[in-house]
Amino acid sequence: MGILADRQTRVIVQGITGREGSFHTEQMVAYGTKVVGGVTPGKKGEVVSGAPVFDTVRDAVAATQAEASIIFVPARFAKDAICEAAEAGIKLILCITEGIPIQDMVVAAHVVKSKGARLIGPNCPGIATAGEAKLGIIPGNIFLKGNIGLASRSGTLTYEIVNALTHAGIGQSTCVGLGGDPILGTQFIDILPLFDKDTQTEAVILIGEIGGVAEEEAAPLIRKMSKPVIGFISGRTAPAGKRMGHAGAIITGGKGTADSKMKAWREAGVIVAETTSEIPRIVKEALAKK
Amino acid sequence: MPVLSGQVADSPEKVLEVARKVGKPVVVKAQVHVGGRGKAGGIQLAATPEQARDVASRLLGKPLKGLIVEKVLVEEQSKIEREFYLGIAVDRQHKKNVLLFSTEGGVEIEELAVTNPDAIGKLYLDPVRFLSDADIDAFLKNRNVPDPAGLKKIIFELEKIYRGMDAELAEINPLAWTAEQTYKVLDAKINIDDNALFRQPAMAALMEESETDDIEKEAHRRKIAYVRLGGEVGIIGNGAGLVMGTMDEVGRAGGTPANFLDVGGGAKAELVRNSLELLLMDPNVKGIFINIFGGITRCDEVARGIIEASAKVQIRIPMVIRLEGTRVQEGQALIGKTSLIPASSMQEGAGKIVELIRKGGK
Repeated sequence: MGILADRQTRVIVQGITGREGSFHTEQMVAYGTKVVGGVTPGKKGEVVSGAPVFDTVRDAVAATQAEASIIFVPARFAKDAICEAAEAGIKLILCITEGIPIQDMVVAAHVVKSKGARLIGPNCPGIATAGEAKLGIIPGNIFLKGNIGLASRSGTLTYEIVNALTHAGIGQSTCVGLGGDPILGTQFIDILPLFDKDTQTEAVILIGEIGGVAEEEAAPLIRKMSKPVIGFISGRTAPAGKRMGHAGAIITGGKGTADSKMKAWREAGVIVAETTSEIPRIVKEALAKK
Repeated sequence: MPVLSGQVADSPEKVLEVARKVGKPVVVKAQVHVGGRGKAGGIQLAATPEQARDVASRLLGKPLKGLIVEKVLVEEQSKIEREFYLGIAVDRQHKKNVLLFSTEGGVEIEELAVTNPDAIGKLYLDPVRFLSDADIDAFLKNRNVPDPAGLKKIIFELEKIYRGMDAELAEINPLAWTAEQTYKVLDAKINIDDNALFRQPAMAALMEESETDDIEKEAHRRKIAYVRLGGEVGIIGNGAGLVMGTMDEVGRAGGTPANFLDVGGGAKAELVRNSLELLLMDPNVKGIFINIFGGITRCDEVARGIIEASAKVQIRIPMVIRLEGTRVQEGQALIGKTSLIPASSMQEGAGKIVELIRKGGK
């Protein structure tokens, strides 16, 4: 049982008939995810990887009792897709789309909150519950079922670390890709309590990056965690004042630097790794000490 | 917005002309996209038009905080009684826009936030409606500002500009209260959200003009997320976190990253080919490390892009490639047919490329 979803979670895909939507629906189904339907306006009646396509999220929910939705629609339509999911009663919304305007996300985050839903992303790889289900685009073959929880602001760097853990024989419980945008539905502070309560998770790995204050903000919560927390921050060689890609990674006014984040985490008791390759060794040591 | 009468000029002679037209003592402001201009000597007063010309000739064509001053703004001087800060920005943690106001203007707001956070008033904007009269009246009450009605008009205007232009920051600093008992906007800064440029065509055109590095300009034309860093190891990766992680790893192996280049999610062969061509334009690049961990990105697409690029241009520098994730077998099979050097991990790849460059690319 994962912290957010498992093999029983009923999932729909918004943008299911698109290039990415259809490819990753196939991958999700192959991994064991219960994809019960999909949505593409005007494509009602089509079938993708065994999942029936509907015109609206409301129709899909009525027909399939879907609980979670994964969004693959283009950036300029993403705000409406997120709001549509929340208004149709979906409680777990994952938005993979990158490049959504910030002001659109301000509105979407507000609507999601007012409907009592949880948004993961945008610009995120989704979540995976090892050996059970994956919701999003994280490659399934890198996982090994086990007891390490991960939450990360970076997509591909997370794959890197999960892969290294699996090669070292260390399995994972739930892996959450929080996303790289300035405005995110879910942050470290929202995920940490879930991992602390989760009986399957024995230690947590947090992967942060430069920019923003999400890492610093999580420090007081980390201090209260009953499980070991291992951390890594990317972007130590990034110069200040330059935006690193479409992500929220930018250092401004001396704030959001790798140093300030590592310091905040170390003071909160996090074992901070210097390189991704040493993470498996650190995890083994932390578990042995418990 | 109540701005001062003034004009932009690009030569000392033009400055003289503008200053004469203003007919009063002026201030000459260097027009560069950088904060802290005043402290760096980029804003100077001139009592006469001739003085303005001399000041301008000392600024124009010279670097200011690393950027060449090509234009100056010539404005009449104002008699400042008080300086305020007024801005709207995105608050990432609250997921809202926030209006910031301080009676201690003139300084950098980041500094003030550290030294005296209580001096900054905050008003979170409703995500789905504009500010109302009552919102602003309540906010300004007890703040002891002159002419609250005048200030309210400026706040309304600023919100309209901020929302209308898809900004992530719009600030007036300082907002001056002058001896004439009116507000004047003395300096302002606006950051536009890159992701919203598709619906802000006027801003998109300005962005192209403002880029100074030729390769960065070309990257923007090709819609590639690229930042030039000046080192010798060219880097291509997918996902900002992984690219930064790769830069860090190259640094640890003793190399210096030439760039940040993120092909993003779901890169097609054409984008990879374009990216590779872009890196080859940088004469400092002595070797290239391509690090892909495919999720939405498919390794075979990336491999195809690399092969297409090598067929088109002769690549004389070493290239190390590491592929992992979605469709990795198909990708590796394609790479196996070429002379590219494979790596099985990020660490190994970073080590290999740094070593190959050290050996002189053989």
